[in-house]
Amino acid sequence: MKAGQATTAVIGGGLHGLACALALVQRGQDVVLFERSWIGRRASGATAAGVRTLWRDPAEIGLSLEALERWYRMDALVGDDCGFWAGGQIKVAESHAEMEALAARAARTRDLGFHHEELIDTRELRRLAPMISEHCVGGLIARRDGAADPHRTIAAFRRAVEGHGAVIREGISVMALEPEAGGWRVVTDAGNWAVRHVVNAAGAWGGQVCRMVGEVIRFGYKASMVFVTERVQQAFGPVFSTVGRPLSFKQSSQGTLVVGGGIQGWADLEKGSTQVDFRALSRGAAAAQALFPAIRNVQIVRAWTGLEGKTPDLLPVIGPSARAPGVFHTFGFSGHGFELVPLVGEIIADCIMHGRSRYDIGAFDVARLLT
Amino acid sequence: MLKPDLLIVGAGPAGMSAAIVAARAGLKVVVVDEQPTPGGQIWRGVEANAGTSRGRALGSQYCSGLATVRAFRECGAVYWPSTRVWQIEPTLGTYVTGPGGTRVIAPRLVLIATGAQERPAPFRGWTLPGVMTVGAAQILLKNPGSVPSEPVWIAGCGPLALLYAHQLIRMGGAVAGFLDTRPSTPLRESLRLAGRAVLRSSGELAKGMSWYAGLRHRAGRYVPGVVDLQALGTDRLEGVRYRTAAGRLAEIRTSLLLVHEGVLPELHTARSLGCEIQWDAGQAAYRPVLNEWGECSHPDILIAGDAAGIGGAEAAVHRGRLSALRILQRLGKVAAEPGMTEESCRAALARALALRPFLDRVFRPRGEIFAPDDDTIVCRCEELRVRDLRTVLAGSVGPNQLKAFTRAGMGSCQGRQCGLTVAALIAAAEGRQMGEVQPFRVRPPLKPVRLCDLAGLADEGLSS
Repeated sequence: MKAGQATTAVIGGGLHGLACALALVQRGQDVVLFERSWIGRRASGATAAGVRTLWRDPAEIGLSLEALERWYRMDALVGDDCGFWAGGQIKVAESHAEMEALAARAARTRDLGFHHEELIDTRELRRLAPMISEHCVGGLIARRDGAADPHRTIAAFRRAVEGHGAVIREGISVMALEPEAGGWRVVTDAGNWAVRHVVNAAGAWGGQVCRMVGEVIRFGYKASMVFVTERVQQAFGPVFSTVGRPLSFKQSSQGTLVVGGGIQGWADLEKGSTQVDFRALSRGAAAAQALFPAIRNVQIVRAWTGLEGKTPDLLPVIGPSARAPGVFHTFGFSGHGFELVPLVGEIIADCIMHGRSRYDIGAFDVARLLT
Repeated sequence: MLKPDLLIVGAGPAGMSAAIVAARAGLKVVVVDEQPTPGGQIWRGVEANAGTSRGRALGSQYCSGLATVRAFRECGAVYWPSTRVWQIEPTLGTYVTGPGGTRVIAPRLVLIATGAQERPAPFRGWTLPGVMTVGAAQILLKNPGSVPSEPVWIAGCGPLALLYAHQLIRMGGAVAGFLDTRPSTPLRESLRLAGRAVLRSSGELAKGMSWYAGLRHRAGRYVPGVVDLQALGTDRLEGVRYRTAAGRLAEIRTSLLLVHEGVLPELHTARSLGCEIQWDAGQAAYRPVLNEWGECSHPDILIAGDAAGIGGAEAAVHRGRLSALRILQRLGKVAAEPGMTEESCRAALARALALRPFLDRVFRPRGEIFAPDDDTIVCRCEELRVRDLRTVLAGSVGPNQLKAFTRAGMGSCQGRQCGLTVAALIAAAEGRQMGEVQPFRVRPPLKPVRLCDLAGLADEGLSS
């Protein structure tokens, strides 16, 4: 591939950008990927890395189940299992009222024809989580779910992308997209590139890329916080969340506890800066302690805030641009995009090369967000 | 929520001296310190030890701290001992946990007086149980009944290692041997610096010389010019191997080795607030970028004492006072003590720092500290050796990416132990100067905090 020319330019070096680049380059396309800072700098490096089909919006369930199958075959896709570990994900009910809410959800999911979520009683919950607080009454489990190692995932996708011959350009900002004969001119702060297709995988900045091609959308951002503890002796198998509190609780393969749950820190999108808000984060610590009283003296050693895109309906934007032929979107995953990574790249590649995907992505059409 | 005029982090010489000036002038001052009693590392436990035989053995400079501690106790500053500052937000909202639980303080200004940390100096086997730092051993000396029962081996370079040996011997302990890792200084340079030092602080210089003489005389063995230090053993320390100045390999058997390679400014606090730092080649350390008052790149934060750059206890006192004077100026107050003027503090600070260039040069750490071999552990929390970082180092990444790729710096020490070594390895791999490389970004919290202490904030209804 000549510098300055490629079939497709991917904007954004997070996992979704990498996955698109990988799918395209595996299908024989020339791909250049532009990343403003470095690969995995933003949400992909800050994620708690849950591989979760549990408790998804009905519009996403089908895709998430397809994506989950790919997590089980990750080694074949990127040459590494990305630390994926299928310990299950459980949404815990802390009261009988919450248990009823879980039962209603389970019934609704079944009615839609999905069978991945299973209601479990107190006994099964205790069997799976011997250390869980006695007040917890049951839960909803997706047994094939789990979690992965985000940094290993980033490294594996990067290796695979570069191994297939795609070009990754870090430290380069895309300033403008200009239509030209046969495609687009990608104007960067380090020269122009002529391409046929553009993939917008710009995460929290996805709305800004839309604006470059004349799409003004309703779009916000999230600054979700995560904290991690020192290593603990006890073993926690599944990933836990709760019905009534902001919590996502898991043990990493290193033995540390990783606690998130979508509690928001501070962020400045223009400066790209984020900051942890410990007063808000204390609710996550309180929730973790309420579920597992035995860990109260464990030391928290790091906390951070990720920055990622958020749509009004919390569903991602996946598919072709509504106004700019040759431009494709994959951004706005609103806090739950990690699990979908191995599938969405394929979907975008199919859209680009065959004009359509075999999956139903109607709910993710950018047109719904146009102002 | 407590809203003092000034929050001082650290009750050592600098923090106490600043608190005395500020509180006497009428400012509302809160001093938070991790130790149970005031004094910092240098004057640790001085209230209990002064006037006892232990105090006398620790020396007159140690006992001289009592006057400052007493003045501090009486100055009117609110003093929270046994309390850890675990986060300071850029807007100065400060989270502390102590015997009274977890609290948030919102001061108008913050003075960082967190002192120094020992320079992490990786060598083969340095993480074996039985290898500890001289600083940690000295903490034990200042507590009752903790003179090592067996003669100890010391390996290192720097005034603290000499002072410790001197104090240990005076307290009835014994030095089995001293492996001096101090590289030899070119004679002409030493003489030039020593000449100046003699003129301005001959007493200190003489004291140091007498420690050296005493050590050569009293230690079982004294070996100069030691390199290639290696701690031997599988599960714990069994011996030490080293190379002498003459290039000969030697080995000794011991179950305890005390190591020391000088001290560094505590920079974690300042860096977590985005304060700019620079590489100080003379001290082979990063230090904060400060003006003559200790003001840094953050408008409402000042830094005094060894955290501002290594200067020792005497200099810390005067830097603390100077910062306090500046704070008074900014808040429209004047010092209560008539003699407490900028001029007198600056003159005293200059005197206290007179010997420093000589000490920095003579005790400059040996180069191999910055270039450990492939088998040496760099990050002890994650047990990563230099070898484990090589591939990533070859990829020309910054320290933060290296951390993400390798987990170096992700453990409980939060990068305090490996940060400088990783920066040095990156600089070497890319042929850059230390000043062009930044250590890891400091992730919150500033210090580890227990889950229940963070959760406690939510219980107190502060999470609104």
